[in-house]
Amino acid sequence: MGLLEGKKLLVTGVLTDSSIAFHVARLAQEEGAEVVLTSFGRQMKITQLIARRLPVEAPVLELDATSEEDLASLADRVREHVDHLDGVVHSIGFAPQSVMGGNFLTGEWEDVATAIHVSTYSYKSLAVAAKPLMTNGGSVVGLTFDAQFAWPVYDWMGVAKAGLEAANRYLARDLGPDNIRCNLISAGPIRTTAAKSIPGFATMEDAWPKRAPLGWDQSTAEPAARGVVALLSDWFPATTGEIVHVDGGVHAMGQ
Amino acid sequence: MANTEQEILEGLAEIVAEETGLPTDAVALEKSFTDDLDIDSLSMMTIVTHAEDKFGVRIPDEEVKNLATVGDAVSFIAKAQA
Repeated sequence: MGLLEGKKLLVTGVLTDSSIAFHVARLAQEEGAEVVLTSFGRQMKITQLIARRLPVEAPVLELDATSEEDLASLADRVREHVDHLDGVVHSIGFAPQSVMGGNFLTGEWEDVATAIHVSTYSYKSLAVAAKPLMTNGGSVVGLTFDAQFAWPVYDWMGVAKAGLEAANRYLARDLGPDNIRCNLISAGPIRTTAAKSIPGFATMEDAWPKRAPLGWDQSTAEPAARGVVALLSDWFPATTGEIVHVDGGVHAMGQ
Repeated sequence: MANTEQEILEGLAEIVAEETGLPTDAVALEKSFTDDLDIDSLSMMTIVTHAEDKFGVRIPDEEVKNLATVGDAVSFIAKAQA
């Protein structure tokens, strides 16, 4: 029996087949889950093509995670495919180039606000929008990049991730009474489309394999995706507000 | 099954036309995706994904930036099919 046998999941953030979310959806299906995807705007077409590369083609719903209208109608639109949800994967983040790549001191509030709206606030928005469907409790899982530290070039996206990590704790507090667990995977650098859009990303990824006691392969999202699948499963029944590091061990090392 | 370069060009032109609204005969070998056809990175990703499905090849992300012209893409796909 698969780890996610019979579970129904909503997975955001599948863009290409190198996306972390693609590997989450693939592994989840292999482990017995039924998956519904979301995408938005011009990315919809790519997501629809990529959805066909999953073991089972998944439906793709339109969801701009900053659109109140899209969020308000989400539950009804998901119900057209599955009658409830057991898990939600938040793999959504964006920051304008003007607030990354060494632009910490010059990034302007409007662009910082966009980064925080899309990458931080949307975690809460998505969970609240999906909550009516999680009638038997559930698991919300998001993706962070260790926000305890200042990294080269990550800048305001790092601040947005710090907010995401705090939001995860508050979400855990407020959804716990409904038996909804909220956790994050803190992954090491992976060469996804999102990562490659960070100017100077190579400066972050180069040192990682040397610092990781387990080593680190930036070319595969599989370890991070396995972490997400584990948190979606019934094998973390009393874990919430947590950040699980899937980073080869870098977070635990000193210099 | 391998396609001829002409078949690849025709198939690619259909994909580009669908994505951009340009006529298929505007998609010639010497045309630059960015400068002549005004294709941005997201449209290029869509075209690449379509082309992978249509021609049964993989076009790795790190190769995409080397595909400046339609001819570059046709040659890459032809080689990948060989």
